Amino acid sequence: MDDAAARPVQTFRIETAGGASRIAASIALLIVLVLALLPMFAGRTLIQDLIFLFYMLALAQCWNLLAGYAGLISVGQQAFVGLGGYLLFALTLIGGLNPLLAIPIAGVVSALFALPTALIVFRLRGAYFAIGTWVVAEVYRLVFAQIKPLGGGTGTSLTPTITSSVPGIEWVKTLLDLRTPAARDIVSYWVALALVVATLAAVYFILRSRRGLALGAIRDHEAAAAGLGVDIYRIKLAVYVATAAMTGMIGALIYLQKARISPDAAFSVLDWTAYVIFIVVIGGIGTMEGPVVGAIIFYLMQRYLADFGAYYLILLGTLGILVMLFAPKGLWGLVAERHGLTLFPTRRRLVIEADKRVQLNP
Amino acid sequence: MLLEVAGLKKSFGSIVVADDLDLVVAPGEAVGIIGPNGAGKTTLFNLIAGGLTPTAGHIRFDGRDLLGVALPARCRAGIGRTHQIPQPFEKLTVFENLLVGAVYGRHQSEREVAQSCGEILERLGLLRRANALAGSLTLLERKRLEMARALATAPRLLLLDEIAGGLTEGECTELVATIREIRKTGVAILWIEHVVHALLAVIDRLVVLNFGRKIAEGVPKEVMKRPDVYQIYIGIEA
Repeated sequence: MDDAAARPVQTFRIETAGGASRIAASIALLIVLVLALLPMFAGRTLIQDLIFLFYMLALAQCWNLLAGYAGLISVGQQAFVGLGGYLLFALTLIGGLNPLLAIPIAGVVSALFALPTALIVFRLRGAYFAIGTWVVAEVYRLVFAQIKPLGGGTGTSLTPTITSSVPGIEWVKTLLDLRTPAARDIVSYWVALALVVATLAAVYFILRSRRGLALGAIRDHEAAAAGLGVDIYRIKLAVYVATAAMTGMIGALIYLQKARISPDAAFSVLDWTAYVIFIVVIGGIGTMEGPVVGAIIFYLMQRYLADFGAYYLILLGTLGILVMLFAPKGLWGLVAERHGLTLFPTRRRLVIEADKRVQLNP
Repeated sequence: MLLEVAGLKKSFGSIVVADDLDLVVAPGEAVGIIGPNGAGKTTLFNLIAGGLTPTAGHIRFDGRDLLGVALPARCRAGIGRTHQIPQPFEKLTVFENLLVGAVYGRHQSEREVAQSCGEILERLGLLRRANALAGSLTLLERKRLEMARALATAPRLLLLDEIAGGLTEGECTELVATIREIRKTGVAILWIEHVVHALLAVIDRLVVLNFGRKIAEGVPKEVMKRPDVYQIYIGIEA
């Protein structure tokens, strides 16, 4: 009978992410700092390239959360890029708001549009869901093509007064002794950097929270997760709405930088979804590092191979197919699997505190 | 009664997989179910704990009708289940697998459930593997993880689906000891099993299914002696 009492009583504790993450955090901070100061030294081409890299990475992180974790293979995220872009134009051209203020509003409105959209597409499963999201995006495109004050089917441009009304441009102009267009790029670059850092932080925060635990379970086995009490519908809806908000803000930023919008470009499935899927798949779906690796590879290919025209697209497709066949976990998966690497640790570890033996008859 | 199944019927087209089934499980009771392949055993589990909707009849858990109650809510109400083919979250660790069940099945925070998850892992002999990826486990370990994960949701009724299948004699003995220990904590057990001797070492009552119908029920040793059951039993062991 004393057997049970004599058994060591173990105390357990949960520990999320280890000490290595502190070093990683310092490195990440350093990288962000270097990137923030880069416009002081770098040329205008590099700055414009990096803006492109940043928003593609932000879009890829959103799509990865959606498809890689929540299992929502959407082919219609261009709906929210276009919506965000058009909202920016409407709020600044018609509403007279400052562009920087229009970006967060575009995010909120995108989330509001995502709710009824979800009610429709969430009735569909698998391939039907994918096609459904695409169809919805086409509907968005056709609706915006009807809005005459925003240029209808041909689109419209932002006035120079609006594009140069972003706070900070004057300051950069005098500080670095630049013309307005170059200063405008630098401010856009900072906003893009802030947005990509915010997106990475938001996704990381979600994955470390209890929702992240459920998302990991849904990614690995949806039915089993439901059987353990995870409310699949609610979590998927939350992810869909949250990524729509982020995607809408990125869309607003993209079209602030482009200063010209048309329905065909803003709701382009190739630019805002196909390339994004390519990035996530070659980098490694279902990890946060994958889209980072994928975005850098995509940027380099675009930078050095885009001049080859059609051959560039053929090469892009071939690389995508090769990775899917021979490294289905993506290029990051190849490296991480071998060395157990992670840049964004979310692991929960069980730690045994100490053996507290119950003292019996000293 | 903890679980009450009455007049349960399920058919897929012209194929009837559950035919006017009645079954009760009292709190803390252990009930075994045997029957040949295709007798409708797993279907019964899917009707109780899964997404299947019965064609007729009803299932009550703790007095509450389960018709129209979604899967996650059934888990939170206190029904835990293991699958014949383990369904681990392969890219999560063993401990994280349990955390999912504990956090969502019990509505508690990760910090609050860490202690009980550790204790469950210790009881099931998985503590050593707590921080290993679930995808790296052996079959026996996967089966133990199925049970550990179900226990993490703090169930009042545990449905075990052929948990002893494919194990060696020694592993089976260990498993029986573990299930007996779980019983001692007051959890009711409904257990489908082809390994009859393992089943008989635990249960209070035995139910025999054949072609979706209950053909016998009662004290295990007596039920096994019935000629019609004996015939099916031979069929199972062969």
